[in-house]
Amino acid sequence: MSGHHAIDLATGSVRELNAALHALGPDTNETLWRVSNPRGLHAVAAGVDAPVTIEIDGPVGYYCGGMNKHASIVINGNAGVGLAQNIMSGFVHVKGDASQSAGATGCGGMIVIDGNASARCGISMKGVDIVVKGSVGHMSAFMGQAGSLVVLGDAGEALGDSLYEARLFVRGTVASLGADCIEKAMRDEHRALLAAKLEAAGLAGSVDIGEFKRYGSARTLYHFHVDNVSSY
Amino acid sequence: MSDLSKTPRTVPRASATFDEYTLSEIRRAAATGIYDIRGAGAKRKLPHFDDLLFLGASISRYPLEGYREKCSTEVVLGTRFAKKPITLKIPITIAGMSFGSLSANAKEALGRGASAMGTSTTTGDGGMTQEERQSSQILVYQYLPSRYGMNPDDLRKADAIEIVVGQGAKPGGGGMLLGQKITERVAAMRTLPVGIDQRSACRHPDWTGPDDLEIKIEELREITDWEKPIYVKVGAARPYYDTALAVKSGADVVVVDGMQGGTAATQEVFIENVGIPTLAAVRQAAQALQDLGMHRKVQLIVSGGIRNGADVAKALALGADAVAIGTAALVALGDNDPHWEAEYQALGTTAGAYDDWHEGRDPAGITTQDPALSARLDPVAAGRRLANYLAVLTLECQTIARACGKSHVHNLEPEDLVALTIEAAAMARVPLAGTDWIPGVTGRF
Repeated sequence: MSGHHAIDLATGSVRELNAALHALGPDTNETLWRVSNPRGLHAVAAGVDAPVTIEIDGPVGYYCGGMNKHASIVINGNAGVGLAQNIMSGFVHVKGDASQSAGATGCGGMIVIDGNASARCGISMKGVDIVVKGSVGHMSAFMGQAGSLVVLGDAGEALGDSLYEARLFVRGTVASLGADCIEKAMRDEHRALLAAKLEAAGLAGSVDIGEFKRYGSARTLYHFHVDNVSSY
Repeated sequence: MSDLSKTPRTVPRASATFDEYTLSEIRRAAATGIYDIRGAGAKRKLPHFDDLLFLGASISRYPLEGYREKCSTEVVLGTRFAKKPITLKIPITIAGMSFGSLSANAKEALGRGASAMGTSTTTGDGGMTQEERQSSQILVYQYLPSRYGMNPDDLRKADAIEIVVGQGAKPGGGGMLLGQKITERVAAMRTLPVGIDQRSACRHPDWTGPDDLEIKIEELREITDWEKPIYVKVGAARPYYDTALAVKSGADVVVVDGMQGGTAATQEVFIENVGIPTLAAVRQAAQALQDLGMHRKVQLIVSGGIRNGADVAKALALGADAVAIGTAALVALGDNDPHWEAEYQALGTTAGAYDDWHEGRDPAGITTQDPALSARLDPVAAGRRLANYLAVLTLECQTIARACGKSHVHNLEPEDLVALTIEAAAMARVPLAGTDWIPGVTGRF
């Protein structure tokens, strides 16, 4: 029998919520958790490692869903700094906007942001897929190592600075590209990849893949060389 | 007989400013167009613990019997907030060094040696390996700007978490691991292409400043259910304020690393010119804790140039709860050993001066990922050497503490010390030997 838990953070604490979530095993039947009155509290649903759904009604503070594994987290509101930082797997969906460093260092799973994401979205990403329906701020995907960042709106200054192998797709304008980040040709494999990410984000058929441009690493900074000195 | 009618010739005079090393560096820079990268810490002469002396016992101070009366060395770390503080049997820990910068055998040897003596080792910029978890009874997991290999499972396996803000060799600089050492295993752990010159971030990606750090610490405590001690490590730059801010942010332990502290690889100019000496840092860090009423409540670990039990005792006397060693631990394992002199010569250096750790060609098999070189280091024998060395450091520290009449090494205090130089007196805030003058404090000679 699946359990339905309601946690009110106006009366309960984040510690109690997280302790209860951390106690869940991989085969738990307590699969639906509703969290009310988060009021911008930090570290809500951080460190969850169970295949459960957590719906949060309201805005959350820093690091909501941090290091998430397996859980699906839906935030009916805005998210503060470091949304789902270092996410390993699972799904995090923000119905509003996300502040700086959304998905920072994420290693897997998917983050969908219905609104805009601020600066450094996907910074040092290591395998996470991030889909932003709005725009992203400056230095997004800085030092991105793996995974994909899909932006339906515009990207701010220095997109993909010092990029490694993360794949970036932007439908709108890019204010500027960071060091060693270049526009690259969209081949069939990239269109297929983009389509798969959009489908996983629930956007299949609603977005024209042909409107996106792809950005990636020029790989010129992979080795120290005197000719690159101006980039260092 | 000399011919006094000839004009005497002066001997060739080398410049103190443009000395032999400086000239060679100018030539190297001119030839390559890129800065010099090396491992280890500052090599320049610096005010250090050698510039301090213990006073020992006298008529007004009673010593303890060296072989009869107990002098405890136990240290408990993380007593402020962690549900599970860690207890070290000796006040000496092994500093963070990554698998990647070090071979797997070297990491295992560190774990073996430290565990034999009841103390901890620390991961590095590259994640936790299964081998080091298994070989280290107490393992501190570093939380670095790069977050290479970071995951919640390893976070929970750790005995403590060390948030690295900086290190003494390069306060303000990120890590570096050059392509020769980015093997397939290292690359996979770091999610990087094999063989690239890896540049680690110098700033954390998701927090900036002490207010954010407080929230970050809260998050890590939440993820680990408030069990683990959380350290904050800073390179010695502004140790008074950094220590105070770390305390304000909720740290259980503050780690202050002076500029003699080693690194796997960074720019020579950075190592030698950024940051302050360990001696200058330890007293300021301790002062911050004392001013906040948090001395011994938030523990202080000091590192950077610790070589012998006297250094340990002096750091503790100035207010540290424990010290960390890195370079000395590698030397104990066998790094820079004269046994490999012929090979050091072939690399253009000599035993004792080898610091091209980033090149991965370490004859001793420690700072390398080369399988053949790595196989030269027997982790069991090397671990034994480290345990021996740690035992000597501890015995030496106890010897001094007993001579000062202390039944616990933590009872050592600044009052037990004097300085040999005005600089050391000012930095350590202890009197110049033979005077009661502490420059900047007592204001009189």
